[in-house]
Amino acid sequence: MSTDPAVPATNPPLRSKSPIRLISNFLYRHSCLATALLLLLPMLWLVVIYLGSLGTMMLQSFYTYNRNTAQIIEEFSLEAYKEAFTDPNLSPPNKDAIKRTVRMAAAVTIAAAILAFPLAYYMARYAGPKMKGALYLGVMLPLWSSYLVRVYAWKLILAKDGVMTWFLEKLGLMPVLDWLLDIEGIGGNSLSTSYIGVFLVFLYVWMPYMVLPINAALERVPKSLTEASSDLGARPWYTFLRVILPLSFPGVVAGSIFTFSLTLGDYIIPSVIGTSSYFLGTLVFTHRGTVGNWPLAAVLTLVPVVIMMVYLSVAKRLGAFDAL
Amino acid sequence: MTESDPRQVAIRFTDVARHFGNVKAVDHVSLDIYDGEFFSLLGPSGSGKTTCLRMIAGFESPSSGSIQLYGEEVSKMPPYERDVNTVFQDYALFPHMNVQKNIAYGLMVKRVPRKERERRVNEILDMVQLTTLGKRKPSQLSGGQRQRVALARALVNHPRVLLLDEPLGALDLKLRQQMQIELKAIQQRVGITFIYVTHDQEEALTMSDRLAVFNHGKIEQVGTPAEVYERPATSFVASFVGVSNFVESDQAFKITGEGKSFTLRPEKIRLTTPDSATPGDCYGLNGTIRDVIYLGMYTRYLVDTEAGIDLTVVVQNLESTSSDVFAARKRPVKVLWQKVHNRVVEE
Repeated sequence: MSTDPAVPATNPPLRSKSPIRLISNFLYRHSCLATALLLLLPMLWLVVIYLGSLGTMMLQSFYTYNRNTAQIIEEFSLEAYKEAFTDPNLSPPNKDAIKRTVRMAAAVTIAAAILAFPLAYYMARYAGPKMKGALYLGVMLPLWSSYLVRVYAWKLILAKDGVMTWFLEKLGLMPVLDWLLDIEGIGGNSLSTSYIGVFLVFLYVWMPYMVLPINAALERVPKSLTEASSDLGARPWYTFLRVILPLSFPGVVAGSIFTFSLTLGDYIIPSVIGTSSYFLGTLVFTHRGTVGNWPLAAVLTLVPVVIMMVYLSVAKRLGAFDAL
Repeated sequence: MTESDPRQVAIRFTDVARHFGNVKAVDHVSLDIYDGEFFSLLGPSGSGKTTCLRMIAGFESPSSGSIQLYGEEVSKMPPYERDVNTVFQDYALFPHMNVQKNIAYGLMVKRVPRKERERRVNEILDMVQLTTLGKRKPSQLSGGQRQRVALARALVNHPRVLLLDEPLGALDLKLRQQMQIELKAIQQRVGITFIYVTHDQEEALTMSDRLAVFNHGKIEQVGTPAEVYERPATSFVASFVGVSNFVESDQAFKITGEGKSFTLRPEKIRLTTPDSATPGDCYGLNGTIRDVIYLGMYTRYLVDTEAGIDLTVVVQNLESTSSDVFAARKRPVKVLWQKVHNRVVEE
């Protein structure tokens, strides 16, 4: 036993009658109540603000817009749906915009996954602590500045006499750029007024949302599994296909949910960069903002919601969430 | 390590070193392991035994020196080209594959035809007594079952050498003792060279044909369990393998008249009454029992002797009961042991 006077011989009493202590004791015994208290605020947020506004929007899609009076008739009807998908004037451009947006979202998602995976893999497996910190910072740094500023900066970078053109000229790659811009359907006058430009900017702004989930998934794959695979005779490529990819696939799916849904809903990038063709976001913006046709805008907003529901159920069926 | 040994050398380490920065994890080790042996690498954590195993598997490459596998230089060869398989400490089972697919993985890689693959997987499942669990995922198995799957996954490939990295570490005592016997039986049945890393001296003594005791990246002694236990080469081996009394040179002088430090196993010492005579072939010291630790099967006495040497004495509880042994506390005694049991060691 120590006789050092600096060390108190007895501990302070474990039981006291302070009110905070009594509350703690009460909550400890009634853990359901504690859980309910913890969940109260987030549930309020989710149910009232989040689901509430989504519900309101669904409700609006069943209203009717009177073109002559520019009034919204608050009665249940399927008029807006009929208008969106069968009206000879509205339906073809709507369907084109949906196709265009889904294709863009798919292209951005696939490209982001292909670009992000090696980076995330390097961060999870090979980078030392310092390098890893630097890379995390590098991936997330763009998120610190305004999204609008970055999109306009890209407009300048991609402009006909912008930095990108200058750079490609220096590298002697102008013929490649011209060839790309000449391709029907994705090309255009310059990078900043083509689908390629829109694609590049989408890829840039959503990249962090792909890198981070893949990285998190890869961090959870123990190194001994790769060692076990090579120990059993598998070359690195085989190990990647049979062990690393299946185990990190939930991360890829999580990332793709971000990039895909964010691209589906975005209206700023297609309105700043690219051609004047409508994407879903710009279409909704036009109907709601300039025309004031709330019901039609609501119907078009539900399109990405439905697409995402289909996407998630397919991903679930593919077993993407099995490892969660 | 006799040069004239007729047995084939499975693994030969020649002056192998492995440095991590300034740390010498393995410090110029030379070692021969023979074909068909159950060989243990025994040592405390950080002694270099696991690094040696990982160099045989190919996960690490030596900083210098050469490693030969059945005469072939392998130190620069990637793991997937070596004919060895590993049972990992954490088992490293693929969580997204069921037991059968885990075990068949190595055969899939080598493109063994399906029929043959299934036959071999079923055969090995029988051997490790998991016949009915083939469709389970690793997460649905107990620790002991996972351990068997890991063993089966390695053995099904018929490697020339099987490496085991503390595979029983996570199991409870009873299961561990059962698996020790099973592992040894399996090794004798398949006849593959087993190299077994452990920090548990009892495990090493139970299973090994021979073992190497590691300390600070160096091998202190190589030998059969009996050799290492009965004739420890260094004071480290004496204290690490089993329990030992270590008597330093200046104190040893008071007992033997020679200034050479020695170790003495506690079970070799007898306790008698203080006035009993010391036979000619024995050393005897008077002292007092300082403490008694009752361990059921035997009792450990801590004795302070006159010479200023503390000795641990172990006595089997052949007839004495716990009340007898506790009554011995503070009692004056004489300790006696035969001179032949002194083991002179390097310090």
